[in-house]
Amino acid sequence: MLKTFPKGGIHPEENKITSSKAIKRIPVPKIVYVPIAQHIGIPSEIIVEKKDKVEIGQVIAKSGGFVSSNIHTPVAGTVTKLDMIVDSSGYKKQCIVIRTDQKNESNFEVPDFPLKKEITMDQKDILQHITDSGIVGLGGATFPSHVKLDLKNDNKVDCLIINGVECEPYLTADHRLMLEKAEEIIVGIQILMHALHINKAVIGIENNKKDAIAVLKEATRDDKRIKVAALKVKYPQGSEKQLIKAILKREVPKGGLPMDVGVIVHNVGTIYAIYQAVQYDQPLIERVVTVTGKNLENASNFWVKIGTPIKDLVAEVGGLPEGTRKIVNGGPMMGKAIKNTDVPVTKGTSGILVISEEEASRQESKNCIRCGQCVFVCPMGLEPHLLMNLSEKGLYERLSDEDVMTCIECGSCSYVCPSHRPLLDYIRFGKSIVKKLNTAKN
Amino acid sequence: MADPIIISASPHVHSARTSKKVMYDVLYALIPAFLVSIYVFGISALILTSVAIISCIVFEYLIQKYLLKTEITITDGSALITGILLAFNLPTNLPIYMIIVGSLIAIGVAKLSFGGLGYNIFNPALVGRVFLLVCFPVQMTSWPTAIENNLSIDAITGETTLGIIKEGLMYGETMTTISERIPSSMELLLGLTSGSAGEMSALALLLGGIFLIVRKVITWHIPVTIIVTMAIMTGIFWLVNPELYASPIIHILSGGAILGAFYMATDLVTSPMTKKGMVIFAVGIAIITVVIRLFGAYPEGISFAILIMNAFVPLIDKYFKPRRFGNKIKSKII
Repeated sequence: MLKTFPKGGIHPEENKITSSKAIKRIPVPKIVYVPIAQHIGIPSEIIVEKKDKVEIGQVIAKSGGFVSSNIHTPVAGTVTKLDMIVDSSGYKKQCIVIRTDQKNESNFEVPDFPLKKEITMDQKDILQHITDSGIVGLGGATFPSHVKLDLKNDNKVDCLIINGVECEPYLTADHRLMLEKAEEIIVGIQILMHALHINKAVIGIENNKKDAIAVLKEATRDDKRIKVAALKVKYPQGSEKQLIKAILKREVPKGGLPMDVGVIVHNVGTIYAIYQAVQYDQPLIERVVTVTGKNLENASNFWVKIGTPIKDLVAEVGGLPEGTRKIVNGGPMMGKAIKNTDVPVTKGTSGILVISEEEASRQESKNCIRCGQCVFVCPMGLEPHLLMNLSEKGLYERLSDEDVMTCIECGSCSYVCPSHRPLLDYIRFGKSIVKKLNTAKN
Repeated sequence: MADPIIISASPHVHSARTSKKVMYDVLYALIPAFLVSIYVFGISALILTSVAIISCIVFEYLIQKYLLKTEITITDGSALITGILLAFNLPTNLPIYMIIVGSLIAIGVAKLSFGGLGYNIFNPALVGRVFLLVCFPVQMTSWPTAIENNLSIDAITGETTLGIIKEGLMYGETMTTISERIPSSMELLLGLTSGSAGEMSALALLLGGIFLIVRKVITWHIPVTIIVTMAIMTGIFWLVNPELYASPIIHILSGGAILGAFYMATDLVTSPMTKKGMVIFAVGIAIITVVIRLFGAYPEGISFAILIMNAFVPLIDKYFKPRRFGNKIKSKII
């Protein structure tokens, strides 16, 4: 029996079309647009000015507080302006625009870093490097990584979980990274275990990535402290809480953090970024992005510089096919639909999904037939139909009592609803109001 | 790009499951029982079912169009299912006007006056049936007997298995003497007995019920709990005094227990939405059914039991919630 989380979950069509496509490099963009709010927390502070010349990897916006992160320029070039541009949230955000210096060779060198297994740094240096390199959770949550690693002395963290689940349909960025950089990922894990004095690590991978499981098992054969756990394919297993439950049977308390049950979770992409930062002093300026969709000519996985406009990626896969009606930044379950392809890739962009006419439009919402499917699939044990109802009626006190704030917005309820009710839309709306009311109360 | 880009919140994919597909799955599940019914009762089963379906759909259309002036929802399949389920709960020799009255009550009163599909508290088909049972007790309890009536409209009426037992016991007979007059368990299983149109063959109903579970339209919780609880309760009485109480097998295979457990009690709209709630609901139905059958005036009781428990559904939903993830575990930080 493969491990999985016990309550709820769905199994949408996997559509991992790009799982056999090796990660390619795309041409260096002529202009990059680097937003200063790419992570959860305080936006970074811009420290460059218009017309400044910048070198690749230079800090252009520094961390604005503890829960914040440095941002580095992905190219060498000139800052042409500090502008407001629409990012994937749909809002205009402060952004640094840099024109690539076409003569600067550092822009066009293909980085080649041989595997470096030996860990020479001490704990403090490692954490400093992670902080300085602007590393945030690359699974999509973009939570600044150093915050998770800043353990108090009395911590009881005994297990590091590496999230290689990639439960979102279509996305294969983590899958390819695990296949192509397995050894580096293992070193990255060892670096964290060394820095945090943890003796146990588990890499969680869903069983639809058997090749990645095999490769990582092979890579971990010399280090008995690291285990690979094959998990049953079930969405949303990549959610931290569900993953911890699946692997360790520990349940993160309501409103708590993985640390409360002695666990730290990092995505495989983040681990690779940590490896690069610690072993080669490389800041986070590029990431793997899956560009996919059923009608795309050359859907594939790419190494993409942060700030690259999505249209450059789309051009690389053969342009937007006829009848494209939706472009999603992320996967189909939790990704955000974007207005146009001018939006830049940020640290949290794990995929670009192009959806055609027939899949893009929602069907008309009908009466709830009380079938209970939303209740059965909710991984958090909530009652989505009730939450939607309360949110619709404006009963926010009760909404709060029904634990609306624990919703992880995985979208399983909206996915299964046979009446096509916009359950998650209303729940999100309700959450935003309850959050405001709670803030007002305190 | 000619067509505008759609911006909407996640999720961007859907399971392709629709209410209509759910309704049609229920429809397919009822086919085996319907075929048995036609085999046993002949043309009269076909007439009964057709009249019930047509009047349910027509009443829904008329009421929505002229009385409520709302959207017409006859194509969603729910009126069709109400019609079939109502027919399945009626004797095949019922006068046609009574079938029409039952349909009006089911659709007009039990469904539309509560707000239509999804808002009704009571199972519409059962409300229709119980209304007829109360208004026309004679016609509603004279069933045509099986096989010999095949293809003949002038039916010889007889009593149902549970009716014979109840009457026999009332006149002081023992189960041993009564059992000579009632169908064998095998006959009950195959449906070669008398009763309402669709409650005949336990086997055909089970077949459809399993289909519904496989298609995930219903879960096993309600039907299995009802049957197990009924078996335990009637089993205890039967073990204490087999001369006074019928065996659990007779109770389960007759009196519409299977029809009720798999098709009526599991009606999505009028049953609880959590699995814990479903079990409580089903235990309630089983207890009330057995109490009515053993000690009440009616030989059969599952219709009443389901309607009574329907009334408790909002309460059950309120108190039997799914276990919240991470609840009742104290956080060390907050």
